[in-house]
Amino acid sequence: MSSTIGRRGFIGLAGLAVGATALTACGGESTSSSTPAATASAGGSAAADAGTITVWTDSNREPVLKPVAAKFKTDTGVTVKLVVKDFGKLADDFVTQVPTGKGPDASIMPHDATGRLVQNGVVSPIELGDASLFEDVAVQAFTYDGQVYGLPYSTESIAILRNTALAPDKTPDTFDAMIEAGKKVVAGGKAKYPFLLGLDAKTSDPFHLYPFQTSFGAPIFELGDKGFDASKLAMGGDKGAKFATWLADQGKAGILNLNMTQDIAKAQFFAGKAPYFITGPWNLADAKKAGIKYAVDALPKAGDQEAQAFVTVQGFVMSAKTQNSVAVNKFLVEYIGSVEVQTELYKAGLRAPANKAAYEAAKADADVASFGEVSAKGVPMPNIPAMSGVWTDWGTAQAQIIGQKAKDPAKTWQAMVDTLDAKIKKS
Amino acid sequence: MSTPQTTLSGAEREQAVTRAQSTYSAGPLPWIIKIVVLGLLDAFLVMGAITAVASGAWWILAAIITLLVLLNGIYLPPNRFLPAKYLFPGLVFLSIFSIGVIGYTVYIAFTNYGDGHNSSKDDAITSIQANNTTRVPGSKAYKSTVALKDGKLQLVIVDPATKKVRAAADQEVLTDVEGAELSSIGGIKAVPGYEVLSFSDVTKRTKEIAALKVKLDEDPNSAFIRTTTGSASYEYKSTLTYDPAKDTFTDAKGAVYHDSGKGSFVTDDGKRIEPGWKVGVGFENFKRAFTNPDIRGPFLKVTAWTFAFAFLSVASTFALGLFLAIMFNEPRMRGQKIYRVLMILPYAFPGFLSALVWAGLLNQEFGFINEVLLGGARIPWLTDPVWAKVAVLLVNLWLGFPYMFLVATGALQSIPDDVLEAARMDGASTWQTFRQIKLPLLMVPLAPLLISSFAFNFNNFVLIYLLTNGGPQFQGTSLTAGHTDLLISMVFKVAGFGGGNHDYGLASAFAIIIFFIIGGISYLGFRQTKTLENLN
Repeated sequence: MSSTIGRRGFIGLAGLAVGATALTACGGESTSSSTPAATASAGGSAAADAGTITVWTDSNREPVLKPVAAKFKTDTGVTVKLVVKDFGKLADDFVTQVPTGKGPDASIMPHDATGRLVQNGVVSPIELGDASLFEDVAVQAFTYDGQVYGLPYSTESIAILRNTALAPDKTPDTFDAMIEAGKKVVAGGKAKYPFLLGLDAKTSDPFHLYPFQTSFGAPIFELGDKGFDASKLAMGGDKGAKFATWLADQGKAGILNLNMTQDIAKAQFFAGKAPYFITGPWNLADAKKAGIKYAVDALPKAGDQEAQAFVTVQGFVMSAKTQNSVAVNKFLVEYIGSVEVQTELYKAGLRAPANKAAYEAAKADADVASFGEVSAKGVPMPNIPAMSGVWTDWGTAQAQIIGQKAKDPAKTWQAMVDTLDAKIKKS
Repeated sequence: MSTPQTTLSGAEREQAVTRAQSTYSAGPLPWIIKIVVLGLLDAFLVMGAITAVASGAWWILAAIITLLVLLNGIYLPPNRFLPAKYLFPGLVFLSIFSIGVIGYTVYIAFTNYGDGHNSSKDDAITSIQANNTTRVPGSKAYKSTVALKDGKLQLVIVDPATKKVRAAADQEVLTDVEGAELSSIGGIKAVPGYEVLSFSDVTKRTKEIAALKVKLDEDPNSAFIRTTTGSASYEYKSTLTYDPAKDTFTDAKGAVYHDSGKGSFVTDDGKRIEPGWKVGVGFENFKRAFTNPDIRGPFLKVTAWTFAFAFLSVASTFALGLFLAIMFNEPRMRGQKIYRVLMILPYAFPGFLSALVWAGLLNQEFGFINEVLLGGARIPWLTDPVWAKVAVLLVNLWLGFPYMFLVATGALQSIPDDVLEAARMDGASTWQTFRQIKLPLLMVPLAPLLISSFAFNFNNFVLIYLLTNGGPQFQGTSLTAGHTDLLISMVFKVAGFGGGNHDYGLASAFAIIIFFIIGGISYLGFRQTKTLENLN
């Protein structure tokens, strides 16, 4: 009797197991081949139906893109399928999935991934038509080797967030004056730190320190008419040495503190412990929630030149393997690029629109106007593939200098520049 | 039911089968269920086979057909291949999840797969052509449309200056068209003699339209006009031209790029065009791991630390766990159970959470350890190469000793009392009893666990990734790796998942090397354990 039950149970189990096996076995390739099948059947069903394009987006922008997709469908008959992805994984997934034919037709993308996408042959150039409709820095950001690879839609950069309750006056023009003002607030017992900047103990934060570095005239690459000249680093030499010395001094004085992580700095600022905090628009929503009265000010310069922040641009790129390039181009250039959509996208993300007309309208928001002013003076973050390997060395050298581990800051700095130069030449 | 030794006739055999069925299965219902399940699986596999054919995936097709034959061959006939019926699902899972993955890793290790070599050669050529077709600077933008004339696709444009409408088929020179009807914004509504395509027709012929190039004049070097959206056209020039016959690219200055055999187009003096493509490179990745000084240096340092880390982790957690187990095994102690529960608590927290919490606790200035426990000491726990190693080992000790405590307690309690009693009678000291009786007896069940613990710590990726992320960084090498990186976290970085360039080929080669190291250690370890067993 027991053997009967055992055997029956086994057949069921085996069936389940094999069923699951078959599912997993076919899962891989059936998705790849179902794509052409699906488009074929979609093409044949109705005359007005002009196929489907798949666009990757993140959860923030999906609600804004939905009505745009609906309008595109009514106008052209092309269905836009929006797939929500984790923003941080977009570039990696795009690079691995496009060659297999499983990737999207277009995707939202941060501009600094451009070089890597081109290097891997997964993106197609996009003809913006009239590029002057967009902010220069935004177009420049998506330009690689003379070609534009993305339709830009928003720009962002860091600036000074000032606690207006502690420091009612506009942030001074120079770093020293700002620290002076901050120290007065501290001396008055109202704050604990004159100025806050989140750093990582091991890798510092070259991104947030970059405006100060540029104010010493030591940008990462020489900036020419065609954007950065990525063939040679420009941050070494005397000017770089000056910046390194400055870093060491600030570290010694405790103004720059490697143990002050981003999280701690943010918490301290929101607790009203400092008048000045260097950060980007991504912390504004939390600042409002924390009930901090703030203003956004331009970045002070530490050296004798203007402080230029890195500008990050978001945009949409087109897959090199799209079967529907005409529809994708039309959707991106004529719809996503339009003033209306860029304004809607701005409302969803509160980042300055890349479209000039949309940006002018968005300037009514004081925060956007202030951040936008900093962005306009800034430079796009380099989009060359080698850049991804630069951050760690760059930051590690900064951390050593700030942490007083470098006996000769200028020498440590130059050694890092030389290592990076060799690295970039090799790749 | 005894089996008769004589040969059965067909009818008798059928009878025997029916009898067998009534014995082994409880009637028609299980049979029906079996057939239905098998049918569903078959249908599924056949669908898979069809899609495999459609996408030209012949290896997958072969695998599916094999699966189909085996599935039906094994499960359809009743009361036959009984062992196979048990083994089959396991074997299928094994081949997919184990052998398949290992096979793919080995394959990748022998290719240059990574950033810059990501796809096939055809894809690379297409990309290079697209990337090197650039709009003529300052050229006009034309309102345009796509139309059919005599069955041939035509690009119809409006000259923005003269408002003249011109049209041409692929590779032909534009000619004027009279009598076209323009919309209020200057677009083309209708052209006599031409059938203007609707947008849905345009998208259906995307490929042809994307390739549609019309010439401004007869000069072969002049720009051509092309449309990207169907409704707008621009002048372009190719800066690189591909010659399919010679398989070379030639640029405007006449430099010739040929297939280097290593997955990219290069000139004789070494200039390369991006992107390249994926090719087999033989043992190149393994050679790089061992000979390229930039990689070899960090690789050897990381290997040495990995061994040290794994060994010290096992030794320290085992020593502490065993010590505590012996302490709490003392029957005279009160509240034993409460202490034991307290000891096991760290084990109850998810390891990755603890690692993150510890990273915060070890902050040089704001962390609890320096600030409160050490009274404001400024120990650079996570930023100094030596202290970082100490920190990693201490945190792993905290995370790992409860497990050792647990298994040691279990093993201790399994040592028979009379053995210890006898030792006491013989006048052995506590230390002697421990050294010569308890420890050898403990090692028999614990040695395999220590070996597996060693293997686990050898690949303790989560701890390293979340606590130090391998830092502090090695200086002056092109390989992103640091003083506390284990081989596994280094592989993760080489594969480019922590930022930096992706090199899946090299990472896979490293993965295979690690596999052999761990395999070797486990083999030696288990052989050692066997001798231990024989001793007892």
